Amino acid sequence: MERWAQQELWGWGRYPRVEALAARPERVAEAQAALKDRAGQSVLAHGLGRSYGDAALISNGRVILTRRLDRMLDFDPATGWLRCEAGVSILDMVETFLPRGFFPPVVPGTQFVTVGGAIANDIHGKNHHVDGTFCDHVRRMEILTATGEIVSCGPDLEPDLFWATVGGLGLTGVILTVEVKLAPVQSPYIDGESIRVENLDQFFQISAESGDFTHTVTWIDCVTRGKQLGRGIFMRGRHADASAEPPGELMGKVTDGLSPLLDVPVDGPGWLLNKATIKLFNAAYFRKHPKGKQSGVQHYAPFFFPLDFVRNWNRIYGARGFLQYQVVVPPDPDQRAIRAILDEITRAGMGSFLAVIKEFGDQVHGGLSFPAPGVTLALDFANYGKPLLDLLDRLDAIVVEAGGRVYLGKDARLGKADFRKMYPQWEAWRETRDKWDPDHVFQSDLGRRLGLSGAGS
Amino acid sequence: MSVLILGATSRIAQRLAHHYARDGHAVFVAARDADEAERIASDVRVREGVQAESAAFDALDFDGHSRFLDAVEARVGPIEVAVLAFGFMGDQDAAQADFAQARRIIDVNYTGAVSICEGLSTRMVERGAGSIVGLASVAGDRGRQSNYLYGSAKGAFALYLQGLRNRLFKQNVNVLTVKLGFVDTRMTFGMQTGIPIADPDVVARAIRDAQRRGADTMYYPRFWAGIMGVIRSVPETIFKRLSL
Repeated sequence: MERWAQQELWGWGRYPRVEALAARPERVAEAQAALKDRAGQSVLAHGLGRSYGDAALISNGRVILTRRLDRMLDFDPATGWLRCEAGVSILDMVETFLPRGFFPPVVPGTQFVTVGGAIANDIHGKNHHVDGTFCDHVRRMEILTATGEIVSCGPDLEPDLFWATVGGLGLTGVILTVEVKLAPVQSPYIDGESIRVENLDQFFQISAESGDFTHTVTWIDCVTRGKQLGRGIFMRGRHADASAEPPGELMGKVTDGLSPLLDVPVDGPGWLLNKATIKLFNAAYFRKHPKGKQSGVQHYAPFFFPLDFVRNWNRIYGARGFLQYQVVVPPDPDQRAIRAILDEITRAGMGSFLAVIKEFGDQVHGGLSFPAPGVTLALDFANYGKPLLDLLDRLDAIVVEAGGRVYLGKDARLGKADFRKMYPQWEAWRETRDKWDPDHVFQSDLGRRLGLSGAGS
Repeated sequence: MSVLILGATSRIAQRLAHHYARDGHAVFVAARDADEAERIASDVRVREGVQAESAAFDALDFDGHSRFLDAVEARVGPIEVAVLAFGFMGDQDAAQADFAQARRIIDVNYTGAVSICEGLSTRMVERGAGSIVGLASVAGDRGRQSNYLYGSAKGAFALYLQGLRNRLFKQNVNVLTVKLGFVDTRMTFGMQTGIPIADPDVVARAIRDAQRRGADTMYYPRFWAGIMGVIRSVPETIFKRLSL
């Protein structure tokens, strides 16, 4: 049996796509053996492929697929500490521990990510303003480093390696095992409210008034301009207590087992998402919600993972794929950067099908970790090619000017110069990375493009 | 009631351990690599919340097999179901050149399997209950130049299980022979099969279900019974000229 197999890989945006030799270890020793057996090529770990762009891709290199390294090793129900291999997914954690009253401390918008990927992208969730990022709940990692040695690290042990790996996009080594603290919850339900916000100012007003809610997120219509700029639906909630009434039978059934209800088995036609349909969708979504506030108890799955109910939803963008653009800009009472970005997008006539906005809390991890105090905006764009890339370059300029940054876990196109302005600690991060991997064994297409590891650095 | 899984590092075996544990059984997983076996046992304990133990198991340590089974039963009680999921593919070309390698293929897949099955049978006959599940192979259905050493050992194992089934039927001990087609495991990773490849978890569930209903033999995915039927029916005068 061959260890390496040629595979075509892509991120969730399905752009770009690259060919690489892949190994899929099922034991720790096989991961070590794969690293050793790389025939001089560079290597990158690859989990469930949910980062959007090229962060988990490597051309002319080899990937170590981590999804079969998914054993749970120890759990302490008194404290919530779980020790598991890095290929364990958020879905695995929820299925295993929710019945016992625990939930992952931080979850992204999909359950189909590995713990290793959650750390490599230092993921945040709807509770960032309260609980920080995923890595705020991690005390130990074991990392397969460039020498083949497995190194244990944490905030109190080899902290430089730990913090370089947090949000480090896999460029410090292959994360093998993780100790993460799960959060106690009393029920699988979310006690929540949704509020229709009529414009951007109202969003910030509601956001400021939502301090009592552990989870907040807002969908916004980014097609509409003028006085209604930034209108949307503000969602906020918290894990319900044990007395919460379960919602109707149907929802219980629908979410039971968590298996996707719908599938997009083939690529959508290229014209499916165009200016007109995006505008229609955004308007319809907005109007569907009555004016004002609605409250109720909701199952956690549609609250946290609404898109997981449509497997392969990324295929609606067609074969061209799509790009997600997520930024954070520092607090500004006038929200000039956010307004400028939304203006620039509508002017370019390239509507985002889905746009999400949220205010972050104050936790910052440095290095390449994305979250920072301020407001974050995430936008999806069908891959329109050069006009889109030009638009995103213009948005980069707005973000740099405002002192903000682009989320690398979603990026496929950022330039090196802008990156360096957005992540002023890049040099210190790279120094640590190089200390642990002087020969640049670990590389990625994103890392090469941004001068983090490999030829471009 | 406990379930013993030998060769637990295979993905199918791991998934089997979980399915039996979810049914409420204590499981004992064993593999050549004791550390890996313990990781698998931990995974079963944490996820399924049942007793799961582990130990090293060497198919070639024939003399130690009886002691091994004693140790297993001392820890998890009488073995109700035993799954033999270990195997050694080897390298046909290397084995042709070096009999030590050929012998290893034969000894792991056949002699070792027989040795442990004999020990299991004795215990199960004494109790008048039990179930033995042997993972044979479609490679054992017809000798082919590309892997006849592995195939012949697995074929012999299937024949052995057939006899054992006949012998143990009256003692209330069931013997299930499993022949798997392409499953998404480390053996097939990266293979361009041209034939649909089965998910190990689905395969494991099918094996557990077949064992529960007392089946004698199973091919999985089922269409492999048809494929192998065709392959077996090709006359030898033609088959010997093919390069399969």
